[in-house]
Amino acid sequence: MDYLLTEEQVMIRDIARQIAQEKIKPVAAKYDAEGIFPWDIVKILAASDLCGIYIEEKYGGTGGGAMELVLATEELSKACGGISLAFAATALGTFPIILFGTDEQKQKYLPDIAKGKKLAAFGLTEAGAGSDAGAIATTAEKKGDYYVLNGTKQWITNGGEAEVYTVVASTNRSKGARGAAAFIVEKGTKGFEFGKKEDKMGIRASATRELVFTDCKIPKENLLGKEGMGFIVAMKTFDQSRPGVAAQAVGIAQGALDLTVEYMKERKQFGKSISSFQGLQFMLADMATQIEASRALIYACARMIDSGNSKVGKDSAMAKLFASDMAMRVTTDCVQLFGGYGYMRDYPIEKYMRDAKITQIYEGTNQIQRGIIANHLIKETAAK
Amino acid sequence: MSIRVINEKCVGCKLCVKACPFTAIEIVNKKAVINLDKCTLCGACIEPCKFDAIVLTKISPTDIQFPKKFDEYKDVWVFCEQKKGVVQSVAYELLGKGRELADTLGVDLCGVLLGENIREEAQKIIHRGVNKVYLVDSSALKYYQDEPYSKVLIKLINEYKPEIVLCGATSMGRSLIARVAIGIHAGLTADCTGLDIDKKERLLLQTRPAFGGNIMATIICPNHRPQMSTVRHKVMKEAQENKHHKGKIIEKSYDSQTYSSRTKFLDIVEEIEETVNLTEANVIVSGGRGMQSPENFKLLEDLAKALGGAVGASRAAVDSGWKTYSHQVGQTGKTVCPKIYIACGISGQIQHLVGMQSSEIIVAINKDPHAPIFSVATYGIVGNLFEVLPELTKRFK
Amino acid sequence: MNIIVCIKQVPDTTNVRIDPETNTLVRSGVQSIVNPFDMYAIEEAVRLKEKFGGLVTVITMGPIQAEEALREAISLGADEAVLVSDRAFAGSDTWATSYTLSKAVQKIGKFDLVICGKQAIDGDTAQVGPGVAAFLDIPQITFVKKIEEIKDSFIRAERMTEEGYDIIESPLPCLITVVKEINEPRLPSLKGKMRAKKIEIKKLEAKDLDADPDSLGLKGSPTKVVKIFTPPPRKGGQMLEGEAKDISERLVDLLKGDLCL
Repeated sequence: MDYLLTEEQVMIRDIARQIAQEKIKPVAAKYDAEGIFPWDIVKILAASDLCGIYIEEKYGGTGGGAMELVLATEELSKACGGISLAFAATALGTFPIILFGTDEQKQKYLPDIAKGKKLAAFGLTEAGAGSDAGAIATTAEKKGDYYVLNGTKQWITNGGEAEVYTVVASTNRSKGARGAAAFIVEKGTKGFEFGKKEDKMGIRASATRELVFTDCKIPKENLLGKEGMGFIVAMKTFDQSRPGVAAQAVGIAQGALDLTVEYMKERKQFGKSISSFQGLQFMLADMATQIEASRALIYACARMIDSGNSKVGKDSAMAKLFASDMAMRVTTDCVQLFGGYGYMRDYPIEKYMRDAKITQIYEGTNQIQRGIIANHLIKETAAK
Repeated sequence: MSIRVINEKCVGCKLCVKACPFTAIEIVNKKAVINLDKCTLCGACIEPCKFDAIVLTKISPTDIQFPKKFDEYKDVWVFCEQKKGVVQSVAYELLGKGRELADTLGVDLCGVLLGENIREEAQKIIHRGVNKVYLVDSSALKYYQDEPYSKVLIKLINEYKPEIVLCGATSMGRSLIARVAIGIHAGLTADCTGLDIDKKERLLLQTRPAFGGNIMATIICPNHRPQMSTVRHKVMKEAQENKHHKGKIIEKSYDSQTYSSRTKFLDIVEEIEETVNLTEANVIVSGGRGMQSPENFKLLEDLAKALGGAVGASRAAVDSGWKTYSHQVGQTGKTVCPKIYIACGISGQIQHLVGMQSSEIIVAINKDPHAPIFSVATYGIVGNLFEVLPELTKRFK
Repeated sequence: MNIIVCIKQVPDTTNVRIDPETNTLVRSGVQSIVNPFDMYAIEEAVRLKEKFGGLVTVITMGPIQAEEALREAISLGADEAVLVSDRAFAGSDTWATSYTLSKAVQKIGKFDLVICGKQAIDGDTAQVGPGVAAFLDIPQITFVKKIEEIKDSFIRAERMTEEGYDIIESPLPCLITVVKEINEPRLPSLKGKMRAKKIEIKKLEAKDLDADPDSLGLKGSPTKVVKIFTPPPRKGGQMLEGEAKDISERLVDLLKGDLCL
């Protein structure tokens, strides 16, 4: 489908596609098996100027937004949903600075991120606070010119690898969600350490670790927005980043479908290629249609964000929900179409199924997305 | 040379459009139209046309007027490449072909030998059937260097006026001969696989592959002398040795200006791993992605050793870091033509095939029965190479 | 350091397939690409520029469409691009091509280094690099696999040979041709692509070159093509089937027979 991309968007898509096909695809299985962080790919992304495609020009980026991020994430994810995450999770960690940072904060952090010199990460989730962001137990106590952080963040993507962390902590636990605030914490700050690297089912090339804060002193200038705004920072960040997760899901699904179509043309049973069987053709048609529908929803949502419309909560939740459920279905069907081979680790297809699963879970489970959508619906009808 | 479409014959079937490697042909109003800006006159469209509607007008040898002055050019020369004072076998192969050409033309076959302390080698060249050897022996010529070698060869050619000069398409030959051809304004055809004589016009008919061997072109050089060609190693048969053959050694020496070089030769580094030179080898055992790991190349080395051959690799294997680039066979690596080429776990992408398909016998071992390598293999084995290779090694030992 | 890189646009053979029925190349829809060896030349030039400063100018001789190849070189980090294009150049052999390119190089002006790919994958001659050096009357180092050192006045490089490599030193200006081993070319960058889209490509025609018209194109080419034909394709042969042991035995017998051992 022709999405009427700008020339620059086409360039971004082509560069990301070339990196994915030429540099990521050949090493995806290795990174998946060994679970190592893809620094060499990050360097390539940096050299190609992709790290700054959602950052303003005055902060060293190329001035794009959600649409550019989505295009690149989708292409990279076609080759590996794990490796693409080093890129996409940096965007997630950077959005709080883009959305709520002061000019000084932006000057300090964005240029290095745009150049790909530094990665970022977003720290919200805790052992006892997943979907319930109001229950966060990490505290930030103000002492003079500093905040002192204590607590542990869990399952943080890019944890340990990133240099810049945006972390949500409570300055007043009695206020619940309204007592939260967001901070920028740099790797290497005293009292800021990392837990063990998690052993995951999929997206194994990405690094997932705990962030452990023990009397970690950070300057008060590192507060993003105001005290009490932490929950808003998180929600607005997710509104922006969800199309990114959705794009990761579409990329994974498209990558799996591409492999499957190739395989079906070659695989022969009963004397003909299995792509000639109508029952299987119908499966292909359904998968392709679902992928395209997800893509259209994501692009529409990304364009809405880039137009400056701030009421994207419902739409971005829809995009994430629809695309990730689709990716799980499609990758499962792709494994099915590969038959016995599909179940074998020698073949690349089962990885796509493992990678797809996380997209239904993180940045708000799909159950939470449904809740968001329903809440919006009910509010909208109440306002009429 | 020119190309045109005969509109009366063209039916607009588009076969030529498909055949054109340069997308230079379009169908306009059901007729083929050739975009001359894109067309390189390669002729790929001529054969596919079932209606003989495209005509490539070539220059035929009989159309060409011959200036008389070429009468003073005679003899067939072979540049005899030496390394470390030893004439390389590619030179003997060229002497084999050179003898045929010289006999057809009724002229002498001459060798040209440049180096230091190489008089004995000149005698060896005579034993391969030459009438004369032009010998230039100087410490300045001990190692190959572009400038002294090309200046000396240019002076020899200008003085003795050969009508044909042949040279090996080796790293030395390819660097040298282009400079010489420019210096004397001669025509040069690289990598010929066939050389013949048009007796009537005394023209060298030089046939060479293009597009990785999918098109052959015959090239002549009507208005310039000498006619120069390079020929790849192993393409021609070596001249037989005859120790009783007599010939003349004509020794020349030149002034220091001729021997001078702006480049400085500092060192030769021989890579120990490369004890067998791929382009010299009679047997090459090559491995591709199907070898799965660098350790498994040991199996290939064992077989190569048993056969006295060398180990090659596909681009996939080299890019994965399993073998160094000097082992790479194919478009971006080496072109080889051994007696036996054994391709193990190589699927046979076109880029690989162009580097090895002129081998005399090709054996392919691959687990995928549909691998394209089987379409060029003399013997194909569909099977597990980890079982087949050790068996083969055992038997060849 | 001012560097001129000579590149050529060639048909992309990576997507070419062999038709299993006819055993010939399927050429339909073949794209044009920058000659793969020239990609190493561009990369080496850009790396030298990044290290020492200066200007990288890419130059190609070819039809108007070859402009695409130049734009690709710009997206990879080259600074300027020159297209040498004229009907008068059509049908050039390696002699006339070397002559024309050398004239264009002289027109561009001062340079320290000319870099060419080892050879083009369509013609495979490897003659144009040395030819340009000869016309420019500058030293050359062919088949360079590594630049060991380069300074204002000289270059020291490893020249790949059949047995290993030679180490050669040359004064500058000098021409080198490069092989694949020298580097790993980068992918284009976004900023590079944007620059490539906008950049104005300088065009040189025959009249701009101060060249002898009789030395250009078909007229200036000593060699003439008189016949073009498609060789009979190599046919697949015998398939051997069975247990590894039996196959090996049969193969050994067959090879012995073929080689009359």
